[in-house]
Amino acid sequence: MHTALLLDMMADAAPDRLAFGGRRDGLTFHEVRRRAHHAAAWLQANGAGTVVFVGLNGTALPVALFAAGMLAKPFAPLNYRLPDADLKKLLVRTAPAVAIVDDDMLGRVGSPEGVTVVARSAFEIACNASGQSDAVFDEDHDIGVLLFTSGTTGEPKAAILRHRNLTSYVISTVEFLGSEEGEAALVSVPPYHIAGISAILTGVYSGRRIVHLEAFTPETWVQTAAQEEITHAMVVPTMLGRILDVLETTGERLPKLKAISYGGGRMPLPVIERAMRLLPQVGFANAYGLTETSSTISILGPEDHFEAIASADPKVRRRLGSVGRPLPFLEVEIRGPAGEVLPPGESGEIYVRGDQVSGEYAGKKVIDEEGWFATHDGGSMDEDGYLYVEGRLDDVIVRGGENISPGEIEDVLRQHPGVADVAVLGVPDNEWGEAVAAAIVPAGERPSTEDLAAWVKARLRSTKTPEVWEFRAALPYNDTGKLLRRQLKAEMSGRQPATA
Amino acid sequence: MDLKPGSRWKSAVCDTEVVVVRPPKTPVQLECGGHPMVAAAAAKPEGLSLAADHSAGSQMGKRFADEESGLEVLCVKAGAGSVAIDGRALGAKDAKKLPASD
Repeated sequence: MHTALLLDMMADAAPDRLAFGGRRDGLTFHEVRRRAHHAAAWLQANGAGTVVFVGLNGTALPVALFAAGMLAKPFAPLNYRLPDADLKKLLVRTAPAVAIVDDDMLGRVGSPEGVTVVARSAFEIACNASGQSDAVFDEDHDIGVLLFTSGTTGEPKAAILRHRNLTSYVISTVEFLGSEEGEAALVSVPPYHIAGISAILTGVYSGRRIVHLEAFTPETWVQTAAQEEITHAMVVPTMLGRILDVLETTGERLPKLKAISYGGGRMPLPVIERAMRLLPQVGFANAYGLTETSSTISILGPEDHFEAIASADPKVRRRLGSVGRPLPFLEVEIRGPAGEVLPPGESGEIYVRGDQVSGEYAGKKVIDEEGWFATHDGGSMDEDGYLYVEGRLDDVIVRGGENISPGEIEDVLRQHPGVADVAVLGVPDNEWGEAVAAAIVPAGERPSTEDLAAWVKARLRSTKTPEVWEFRAALPYNDTGKLLRRQLKAEMSGRQPATA
Repeated sequence: MDLKPGSRWKSAVCDTEVVVVRPPKTPVQLECGGHPMVAAAAAKPEGLSLAADHSAGSQMGKRFADEESGLEVLCVKAGAGSVAIDGRALGAKDAKKLPASD
């Protein structure tokens, strides 16, 4: 099973359905396959190795992805937002490769050794050759996609997703041709994000048209959603709040929209509550997944959302902050430091096992002999099987021997009316090893630190009450909505605890 | 027959094609339309015809699983024959109904 076969099936079953692009100028499934076939032949003639993609979202992206699948070569979309030197370093690591590069980015990549650089415009002309290609290729499918991790904690690692991981995810989670005619998904995550790749694969297999945004702004998102009659969308938490602002200002309510999924970071409770009020016709889904797991492993679905928000039972209400239940064909365990499986309610490390889990980097397999992958995320599961993600274990604050998860404190502070955004982290402390520090983006007038401290203390333990406070205009995020904790930590590390 | 994961098989008597998603734990014979399936790249044997009691048809995108052997295949091309192993029809397995998440 390989990725190009997913397209092949849909191009046979519904050749004339729109697959990618606008309602008026989009490409059908038949046309995408035709172009991908030409593209594969052309890439082979250009000395095909890894098929690298350096560029913005657009129809060339799925064409290149499926062409790589036909050729049985890995597809490697790179982060074009990296500084030139870092981008070049990644390119060299993909050799031997053919790199499809946006025309206006050609100057940035130069000519790295072992990499044939081709302009996106030349690639698009080659894919659009007339007629059908009759080229045949190797059937030895192995690595489907190479994704470089964002490198927020060091040198980027190349996560390996094999064809069997990706296709297992798709055929287990999506019903073939399960989408109704007219459904359309808006994809605004960049090509080098796992959600961007899985969106293409699941979209194709369900027969749903995909509209790509070149780059996210809340205004273009709302405008495109309205014009293209978007029914489904995936956003990262930082995007949703900004989208809601635009909806409130413009009065647009996107009547066709029926599903929004979000993931890739913690969703502030006030934002999701506001979203549900503003878009009552939309079903929300919170999806949790990692690059190394071929996307989603746990979902809090629309019914869970409605049930939680309407409930007076704190146990049910709390689920709005969970990532729902693991997918039924996967196994998830919470384990303690010695590897022991922990009972419901206890925090530990999240482990996952299943066909879609690759747990593999170039040169290094990190899956154990029984197939379990350690996510490095802390979390717990309640008695009903709802999974709570507490954040990266690397971010855990160790204060005087006590492990403190920033996520829990952030959730509490976010509910304070004077807080628009917050990050909690550990800063070096002579007495405790680490002290709990909070960076606050105020909502309106700046609240006092005494007030904030009392707010946390009343809801959590006193050891979890931040001792270092900083007020900022904004927090540093990368373009896919991940908080840049290391950067923030470096900026705040010189600060001393406030003396009471 | 070596039913390796990812290997593609075609019916000897109709258009059906399947891909192996999960291999069997014990050797089994994969059939369609009442006859053994053949490797996708191989030539179809001549002179065979669709067996009437194996002609319920196969549908693209359907997964078929056999609990006994663990074999699971995905139909990637529809045809007039039904998929079976060792003479017993394979049950269709639906993708779990999950909210769209990507």
